[in-house]
Amino acid sequence: MTILSGVYIFLFYAAMAIFLLGLANRIRIYARTPAPLKIVTTPAPVTQAGVVMRMTREVVLFESLFKSSKWTWIFGWIFHLSLLLAFFRHLRYVISPDFFLWPLVNNLVVQSFGLYAGFGIAIGLAGLFARRILVDRVRYISNPSDYLMLILIFAIAMTGLGMTYVAPTDIVSLKMFILGLFYFDWQPLPDDLMLLAHLTLVLVLMIIFPISKLLHAPGVFFSPTRNQVDNAREKRHLAPWAAKLDATRSGSGSQQNG
Amino acid sequence: MADFETPELKEYSVIPALERDTMKGTQPFIAKPDHQASLGFPGELVDNWKDVALDKMGDLLSRYRSFQVYLDSCVKCGACTDKCHYFLGTSDPKNMPVARQDLLRSVYRRYFTFAGKWFPKLVGARDMDKEVLDEWYSYFHQCSQCRRCSVFCPYGIDTAEISMAAREIMDAVGVGQKYCNEIIGKVFKVGNNLGLPEKALKDTLLDLEEEILDDTGVPVKLPLDVKGADILLVTPSADFFAEPHIDGLIGYAKVFHEAGVSWTLSSHASEAGNFGMFIGSYENMQNIAVRIREAALDLGVKRLVHGECGHAWRVAYSFWNTLAGPFDFLDQNYPIPQHICEFTWDLIQQDKLKFDKSENDHMTLTFHDSCNVARATRMGDKPGGQFDIPRNVIKAVCNNYVDMEESTIKEATFCCGGGGGLLTDDLMEVRVKGALPRMEALNDVVEEHGVTNMAAICAICKSQFTKVLPYYKMPMDMIVSVHQLVSEAIILTGADDGSDEQETSSESED
Ligand code: SF4
Ligand code: SF4
Repeated sequence: MTILSGVYIFLFYAAMAIFLLGLANRIRIYARTPAPLKIVTTPAPVTQAGVVMRMTREVVLFESLFKSSKWTWIFGWIFHLSLLLAFFRHLRYVISPDFFLWPLVNNLVVQSFGLYAGFGIAIGLAGLFARRILVDRVRYISNPSDYLMLILIFAIAMTGLGMTYVAPTDIVSLKMFILGLFYFDWQPLPDDLMLLAHLTLVLVLMIIFPISKLLHAPGVFFSPTRNQVDNAREKRHLAPWAAKLDATRSGSGSQQNG
Repeated sequence: MADFETPELKEYSVIPALERDTMKGTQPFIAKPDHQASLGFPGELVDNWKDVALDKMGDLLSRYRSFQVYLDSCVKCGACTDKCHYFLGTSDPKNMPVARQDLLRSVYRRYFTFAGKWFPKLVGARDMDKEVLDEWYSYFHQCSQCRRCSVFCPYGIDTAEISMAAREIMDAVGVGQKYCNEIIGKVFKVGNNLGLPEKALKDTLLDLEEEILDDTGVPVKLPLDVKGADILLVTPSADFFAEPHIDGLIGYAKVFHEAGVSWTLSSHASEAGNFGMFIGSYENMQNIAVRIREAALDLGVKRLVHGECGHAWRVAYSFWNTLAGPFDFLDQNYPIPQHICEFTWDLIQQDKLKFDKSENDHMTLTFHDSCNVARATRMGDKPGGQFDIPRNVIKAVCNNYVDMEESTIKEATFCCGGGGGLLTDDLMEVRVKGALPRMEALNDVVEEHGVTNMAAICAICKSQFTKVLPYYKMPMDMIVSVHQLVSEAIILTGADDGSDEQETSSESED
């Protein structure tokens, strides 16, 4: 075992911990913070099932973005779809064929289209980057971190494509390294520069996830304007801190039994 | 008439190039100490204001999921940047919804996030200081909380939520807005936004009864504080004196009369408006809303019907049940509350109202969807009823109706420019410029389809358009109430047919 492998093993565990704990903490905060008022953006579904549909359209098709900006929508959508495909394709480095999730990885869509996902990511990001620079309004609202985020993911895609099409890495040892991490049976990491760059960037992405705008991923599910049911008249909505005020408010009639 | 230029109306609305700081110094008057006091806010900027502001921000973060999630989730995609009427009318980049949020988000990041604490430059975080506070005071009072941006944001980020929070923080440090806070004070003292005392209200209603009698020969009543009435009508106080609001009120009265229901207004709750929402104060909003409950209990009514008002309908529809409920003492067979348009449309569907549509033939109508009605409430059972029902009512009483351009109505409707607590003369420039997108869409249907009038169901919209239309060289009386149209066309049982003016006066009782 080289020092390099040791360092990466440590980094992997650290990044994973930061990513999971950080994200869980953020989600806990979102879930715990009450939404005291019905603020759903209408027209909105009047049933819970309708809300699930609305949220699905939002997350899968980017419905609202489609309404507002076709260019951002097309680049954004290509980027996210490709990211999803790339993610599934990468699962084969993590799970073995006898694992029950294997069919998720070993199917035609993922294995064929997934091969080009890197290009999709690059094209989507390039479009978003161009928009950020060329449209004066978007340039105005951009911080350095907004550009860096695009560059970071772009670099991840590029090093990934590099390994797929230019300088293939030793997949077999890589998979052993990764499975080793899971089973605490540590194996050496192939010291291939392109691979090291790729992995380092991914680790950086994992670390900044819970402290950056990538929080839009869990955030969208907690957005009250999207996830509430439009039933304010039919069903009384009361958050805990508001309920406390409620009990002490002036004029609460005798009908009030709480 | 003003020290600013009214924007030019273009045939197609264009997204302006950025012009920095055009609206930088524009601010509403600051609330005086006694305005602040009656709402429970400090009278002037407190000494340790920075700490108070940050504490308040922390408090709001723990109480409002919207605030917390929206501050974290924005990816600066820019989809909302061209959606705000104040940006379109002023070209000031800080009026782009995301940029407006960033005025506050930058401070949030500095004090509440890891990245902002350690790498402020990288993520656009900045220290809270006097200049920032000043900027907040300007630009969070150039947002009408219309929620148009929220429709178009992929995460539903609602800048109105951020504006409300910012105003609440400013109130907490002692920098309140005079217009809103003074008005809220009046509600607590007198019962309505205008400070109209009970006696004056009573006289106004009697005058109106007389006017209707003279006009139609039918004794239509506008009852006040009648115990045991079935319906309590809660309506914005502007309906009692402003034009064209008052014609709408006459319309409601005629509809109630023809429906044969017993109804009443309340002097205790002679105001539907609830400016507590504009300043983001849950407590004040609740105190105002509870008056409605008290009035309903006191008068022993069975139903609540709500007049034509946008933000008030939002509070009534979305918040009353939370703030002042449960309304288990009312008749559960009717929506609580019910909008007057729902009420009228129900009767029309049951064929209980008769109209002479030709009374409105001198007009070609269009309808302005008020932002709060459109994007924060519903009418009827189906999503989108808030668009269809008012239009159905208009079409039932008018022959000539045309919609404005699709991208400027319904859920994408443009604000009148005066909502969210901006309906004050000290913000005239913001109001006129913010009205630009609506004026353009209106001008288009005027030129193409000969539209003569625009109907609305919001007291603020009506007042705002009355004031702003002349700046765009359109007559101020173009704006009408929906129930004013109903009032013109409705055939009252026992009324003279109108062709015989002589008989009218002989029949009247005075
Ligand atoms: S549309 Fe939403 S996510 Fe995009 S910049 Fe505006 S507020 Fe941020
Ligand atoms: S809520 Fe309306 S006024 Fe405020 S930023 Fe959004 S679009 Fe503009």
